[in-house]
Amino acid sequence: MNSGLGQGFSILQHDDSNSCRFGLAQSRVLYARFITWNNIMDKIDLRVRIGSLELKNPVMTASGTFGYGQEFYPLVDPGQLGAVVVKGLSLKPRIGNPPPRIVETPSGMLNAIGLANIGLERFLKEKLPWLENMNAVVIVNIYGHSVAEYGEVAAGLKGVAGISGIEVNVSCPNVECGGMAFGTDPEVTARVTEQVLKNSDKPVIVKLSPNVTDIRSVARAAESAGADGLSVINTLTGMVIDIEKRVPKLANLLGGLSGPAIRPVALHKVYQVVQAVHIPVIGLGGIVNHRDALEFLIAGARAVQVGTANFMKPTATLDIIEGLRVYCEEQGIARIEDLIGTLEVN
Amino acid sequence: MIDQYASVRFNEKVAQETFLMGLESQEIANKAEPGHFVMIRVSEGTDPLLRRPFSICSVEGENLFLILYRIVGQGTLIMSKAGKGERLSVLGPLGRGFEMPQSEEVPILVAGGVGIAPIIFLAQRLGSHKALLMAGFRTSDEIVDKKVCGLLDYQISIATDDGTAGHLGFVTDLLEDHVDSNKKETPSVFACGPTPMLKKVAALTQSRGIPCQVSLESLMACGVGACQGCAVQAASAEKQAYFHVCEDGPVFYSKSIAWECLA
Ligand SMILES: Cc1cc2nc3c(=O)[nH]c(=O)nc-3n(C[C@H](O)[C@H](O)[C@H](O)COP(=O)(O)OP(=O)(O)OC[C@H]3O[C@@H](n4cnc5c(N)ncnc54)[C@H](O)[C@@H]3O)c2cc1C
Ligand SMILES: Cc1cc2nc3c(=O)[nH]c(=O)nc-3n(C[C@H](O)[C@H](O)[C@H](O)COP(=O)(O)O)c2cc1C
Ligand code: FES
Repeated sequence: MNSGLGQGFSILQHDDSNSCRFGLAQSRVLYARFITWNNIMDKIDLRVRIGSLELKNPVMTASGTFGYGQEFYPLVDPGQLGAVVVKGLSLKPRIGNPPPRIVETPSGMLNAIGLANIGLERFLKEKLPWLENMNAVVIVNIYGHSVAEYGEVAAGLKGVAGISGIEVNVSCPNVECGGMAFGTDPEVTARVTEQVLKNSDKPVIVKLSPNVTDIRSVARAAESAGADGLSVINTLTGMVIDIEKRVPKLANLLGGLSGPAIRPVALHKVYQVVQAVHIPVIGLGGIVNHRDALEFLIAGARAVQVGTANFMKPTATLDIIEGLRVYCEEQGIARIEDLIGTLEVN
Repeated sequence: MIDQYASVRFNEKVAQETFLMGLESQEIANKAEPGHFVMIRVSEGTDPLLRRPFSICSVEGENLFLILYRIVGQGTLIMSKAGKGERLSVLGPLGRGFEMPQSEEVPILVAGGVGIAPIIFLAQRLGSHKALLMAGFRTSDEIVDKKVCGLLDYQISIATDDGTAGHLGFVTDLLEDHVDSNKKETPSVFACGPTPMLKKVAALTQSRGIPCQVSLESLMACGVGACQGCAVQAASAEKQAYFHVCEDGPVFYSKSIAWECLA
């Protein structure tokens, strides 16, 4: 299978580069070869379903790490991803926290961006058309300062073509009011979820905070309120001190930890939530390569998101998609959905 | 924007704690303009995790670009050990570079320490018949030789904090002297260096109505405008209160920056 793949690809590349000089007969041959190549590639079915949402593969970008989808173009064509989750949007633009906003930590980073974003209106006008044009599946991450405002942002997305889903951020540690304050209380999480659902015609995914005593109770609250899916996890709170100046390294003092350092924690939270609810779970936290992604899928996540890894390697998402395909081939798995939740626990 | 592995052609110590690295990339060498930077992944592991930003300090021939860097921590220490032929993951060229001076203007290039990196590239582009170059260092051991910089034809005015070479004091003294004793000139200042120096340059030029472009630094995660991590406060809070150094800069007109907010 592997060698077949390699050959098919080289044929395509070769023919492709010369195709303009070919007559009709040759281009038919070329087309036939292209189909063959495509069939080989298509043998592995990477499609996954998150409720009513069908994705061409299980790899998405994590909110806040991939801008509005355009920043890493042309290195990454957003149309090739399972979905693009854009930077968290609020009703009005928000300038964010004072710098320094980021600091590196062992195999991770802390951020206190403060949900800086261009606001719903500008996103719809300036960013969405391009994403639509690229055939990207767009999930809009939203947040509000009050339960009512979450509803207003959702309402602003109602009926908008080109948006496939809403991810509700109730878990950002970097803003005073809102954010994590909503996600640490099961009852408030449920109210936010209901408010968004009431104002939305799209699948609603609730993004959970790991900074709670029992993530399962918050997960169940979101599920009971009607959420279509859950993203697990947002960042873990942390801080770093400058010992020379004896001040926090982040102007905000506290920041959200992300990157490989949090992966085992994230994986366990995902595992716990998968056990606790019946709705689909999207796993994230420290995923850098396809092996990391596989851990989350095997634990029961129906899809994964890639965040901090985009900074290390802009094409991390594309490499992970390819890595998953190769893994499935090697393991003789025809459909990636067959792999999801196959963890065996004694 | 190019993302590729570039081969190290050389990586030599050129002054105290300071290295010059030549990286092979035709695409980056072709596209680079003075003020542009690259994000380098110093090792394939996860610690250090983030890429490190470096100004492009020169382009040689068709497929070589140079960076001049100072060892200040873990990442730059790892880089200093990279041998010839080693391949480093490089993303670039990134950012907005310097705007070229008007024909009637006398460009005055002001560098502090390793901040000379983007200034070298600009100086090469402008040529010594046009531009003046002043550079400050802490001590003579840190001075990067002008042969190494490819600036042999320049008469560089030097200042050192300890007086071991050139003027005893700051490079900003040299700048002030020059503009005040050449009032008939129409100067245009281009500067890169530590924040305290840039603050002085900004104040000095602003009070005299001299246009000034500065290349700023900031901690960065993505380098392309995706993370909003590299914010710097804008002087006018009309529309946008923060600039992002990676995409709005790293070169800015100094009057557009709220210097009082920079540490
Ligand atoms: C646009 C741009 C261009 C730059 N060009 C050059 C250059 O040409 N030559 C050069 O030597 N350096 C340059 N720098 C600074 C360089 O990126 C840092 O020195 C480097 O990232 C430090 O990495 P480290 O792992 O060795 O240090 P760390 O261990 O990460 O940090 C050591 C010290 O350096 C500071 N530092 C870390 N990252 C940065 C950063 N991105 N900017 C400023 N300070 C930082 C830290 O606050 C700390 O005090 C540039 C920075 C920017 C933003
Ligand atoms: C710079 C940065 C900005 C982020 N912004 C948001 C955001 O706006 N909304 C959100 O829900 N999560 C945000 N996150 C959290 C990520 O989406 C993700 O949950 C977290 O980083 C863990 O994944 P990772 O380890 O793969 O990065 C941000 C993370 C980083 C590093
Ligand atoms: S470094 Fe990410 S936005 Fe500038």
